[in-house]
Amino acid sequence: MWKWYIPLGIFLVLGVFLAVGLTLNPREVPTPFIGKPAPAFQLSQLDDFQKTISPEDLKGKVWLLNVWASWCVACRAEHPVLLEMARRGDLNIYGLNYKDQPNDAKGWLAQHGGNPYTAIAVDFDGRVGIDYGVYGVPETFLIDKQGVIRHKVIGPITREELNGKLLPMIKQLEQQG
Amino acid sequence: MRYLILLSVLVLSSLPVQAKEAQPLALDPELEARANALSRELRCLVCQNQTIADSEAELAKDLKQQVREQLKAGRSNDEIVDYMVQRYGDFVLYRPRIQPTTLLLWAGPALLFVGGVLILLVSMRNRAARAASAEPSAEDISRAERLLQSEQEGKA
Repeated sequence: MWKWYIPLGIFLVLGVFLAVGLTLNPREVPTPFIGKPAPAFQLSQLDDFQKTISPEDLKGKVWLLNVWASWCVACRAEHPVLLEMARRGDLNIYGLNYKDQPNDAKGWLAQHGGNPYTAIAVDFDGRVGIDYGVYGVPETFLIDKQGVIRHKVIGPITREELNGKLLPMIKQLEQQG
Repeated sequence: MRYLILLSVLVLSSLPVQAKEAQPLALDPELEARANALSRELRCLVCQNQTIADSEAELAKDLKQQVREQLKAGRSNDEIVDYMVQRYGDFVLYRPRIQPTTLLLWAGPALLFVGGVLILLVSMRNRAARAASAEPSAEDISRAERLLQSEQEGKA
């Protein structure tokens, strides 16, 4: 009797859906920013408040915007990877110090092995963070030469993420005009 | 007197430091009610099963403040919701918009209900048809007669 197989079939279909659901990370919310221009900002630099950073100044470069803070625990896990990236010398890594005290931020960098950033923008009140839809620090945006966001990493950059996704994408974007 | 001046200078200079935490901007109760109603429609992405009205996360407080400021600046609810969706995606909405990707979500319960009613109707009709066709066929009658006959023969 084929009728008896209907509940079994429904069970199998449900099982497959639930199994796939278990492998997804609920913190990775699809970002609406991919393919959109990086939101504009003009912020002071951590090392020298007189100087500013703006995405406009970085047009023509492929660059990473890494959102971090001294109060962010996961940033500690990410920091060695960022330092490794900085040692390569061919990547432009800019920091967005999100809702942090400048002195805490400087102290944290000194304590955790150094500063991997070309420059750090200070987002003291978190408004630029909101414009970039930041909800879980650390987050990293990959921005191309035209100033368009190409990729976003939510949470710490792992070596897997770096070698498997970020570096190949950067290489490809560098080659484009 | 000099001490009094010194004291007031000290007190005043410490005020901006304390004022860092964002204070509720809207003391206007009507605006605050609108801000609260809107905050209950928006998901806090840090603690995903709470609205930004319920959540005590820093980001939720900041976003609530954004809602207040924008309402005060005269923006409509739709404009503010658009502002949030632009930054945080559709996931920020507790009440998903009706669009191609959410069609099944919205129509799902109705489809299930209609499907269930259809299955019920068909099975009821089948059962009624079976009950109606309960007239015994010629073959059944002859079989019954044979059985009865054999029973009588057995008794005899």
